[in-house]
Amino acid sequence: MGIPYSYSFRNLWTRRLTTVLTASGMALVVFVFAATLMLTEGLQKTLVQTGSSDNVVLLRKSSNSEVQSAVERDQASLLESQPEIAVGADGEPLLAKELVVLINLKKRVGDKPSNVIIRGIDAASLKLRPAVRLKEGRMPRPGSAEVVAGESVSRRFKGCGLGETLRFGMRDWRVVGVFDAGSTGFSSEIWGDRDQMMQAFRRPVYSSIIFRLRDTTAFDAYKARVEGDPRLTVEAKRETQYYLDQSEAMAKFLRILGLVLTVIFSIGAVIGATITMYAAVANRVTEIGTLRALGFPRKSILAAFIIEALLLGLCGGILGVCAASFMQLITISTMNWASFSELAFSFTLNFSIIWKSLLFSVVMGFVGGALPALRASRMNIVEALRAT
Amino acid sequence: MAEVSEPIVRIRNLSKAYRRGTQVIPVLTGINFDIARGEFVALMGPSGSGKSTLLNLIAGIDSADQGSIQIGDVEITRLGESELARWRAGSVGFIFQFYNLIPVLTAYENVELPLLLTHLSRRERHEHVEAVLNVVGLADRMDHYPSQLSGGQQQRVAIARAIVTDPEILVADEPTGDLDRVSAEEILLLMDRLVHEFGKTVIMVTHDPRAAEKAHLIRHLEKGELSVT
Repeated sequence: MGIPYSYSFRNLWTRRLTTVLTASGMALVVFVFAATLMLTEGLQKTLVQTGSSDNVVLLRKSSNSEVQSAVERDQASLLESQPEIAVGADGEPLLAKELVVLINLKKRVGDKPSNVIIRGIDAASLKLRPAVRLKEGRMPRPGSAEVVAGESVSRRFKGCGLGETLRFGMRDWRVVGVFDAGSTGFSSEIWGDRDQMMQAFRRPVYSSIIFRLRDTTAFDAYKARVEGDPRLTVEAKRETQYYLDQSEAMAKFLRILGLVLTVIFSIGAVIGATITMYAAVANRVTEIGTLRALGFPRKSILAAFIIEALLLGLCGGILGVCAASFMQLITISTMNWASFSELAFSFTLNFSIIWKSLLFSVVMGFVGGALPALRASRMNIVEALRAT
Repeated sequence: MAEVSEPIVRIRNLSKAYRRGTQVIPVLTGINFDIARGEFVALMGPSGSGKSTLLNLIAGIDSADQGSIQIGDVEITRLGESELARWRAGSVGFIFQFYNLIPVLTAYENVELPLLLTHLSRRERHEHVEAVLNVVGLADRMDHYPSQLSGGQQQRVAIARAIVTDPEILVADEPTGDLDRVSAEEILLLMDRLVHEFGKTVIMVTHDPRAAEKAHLIRHLEKGELSVT
């Protein structure tokens, strides 16, 4: 058995102020680290949750998003007659031919304009997105200039509240409902009758076709057949994959940004931890000499100071994660670079992020404490005892 | 006085010098010295005479340049660092001038420290700690931290820590140097008791003639050489 853990813990507790100050520095780094991961997780969760793995999105080949895509009507007719498409309780195929257009709206706060997705839906669209629930008002009547707005859009953009009127496509559109789409990208969209919107925007083609697979395992065979059909110029993606691809560019950017910030900050925090641990060693030279005289080997001294540094790191980690957890209360909106539209999402904390953040903090503690601990373990006993 | 038997400490031709840059400063020169089992020896001498160095060498926390030290059956001058650490843990008890208790540990935990290097169970360790704290009369203060104890009490806790593993020898470096007269007397009486009642061999470095009076034998060191009183 080595030096008891209580020795390391109580030494940290004894110099509480130094411990708290050093741990706070580390907490700041862990906060940045965790917040970046939470941001990336929130973005990916929002976009991935938007899709369903049973659903397939058909886009024109080489289109990165629905906004860039165009599916000709004759191709749509061919595609809606495929046998893999599931049929609803009403006997109708669970397939929606949708129009996706970007419009520019002003935000309620700051008056700053931003892109918002307008989605022209048909009868099956809602059945394909069970997460979407009408929260207030009603759904638009087919053939009318009415729209429903996602809760996030309704809250943040002018003219998108229930009963308000929007002007786009050279027409006025009345907002007759607000829908809740949970934490999905649909919350940042405005939906209306597809045919009305195709006329308003002078669009002769659909943007995308979404359908539910009768048998989810049939996707690969379906994809191979459709993409190999010379009459068709579409590519098929599972809806989850489509939205995951959309989030990838921004998630990558956030990860790199977070990593750069974290690395720069962590150098400071590690130096702070090193100074603290060197001070701890310098203040306890006689103790170290005494422990060595009593028969504790060098590795026990090394372990005691490493444990102290790890505990210091862990304190910083816990503080940082606690602070970062409050970020969950914040919803931010930013440009989705794949669709060039505004997307609202929240910081999302999960066990993986907590675990990674605490591990990161402990690693910082280890790096900061290694040299001082090594110094403590290599002290000459007689010289250490003379330091009394 | 306890019955003096065969030597427990045999020192032969022991030399030690310190180096400061290129300068070599001899501290001990050709020391030959035996200490019998159960003896209470005081090492005296002026500052820089080498008495603490001799004590450190006997305790196995410093290494000699030349010569040998045999404690019981073990020639400690031949031991490597980790063997020496193991030997110290079981065979030597340390009593320091400034007690050298670990401030963040209670009296009980300080005394228990050397036992953490043994294979004793928690219950056995508890029994040993309680027993030695009873010997030094501080069983009722076992949950106190060093800062909550007087100097004399702290030194008694240090003595309990020194004897908890039942070592063959106790080395004490100015054990009364930081104490008032009354506390110093108590500590000397306790050390005397350890020799007479428990048969310990005590080697003490001191400047205090009153402390030295308690010893069976006083050895003077002068410029690295021994003389007997």
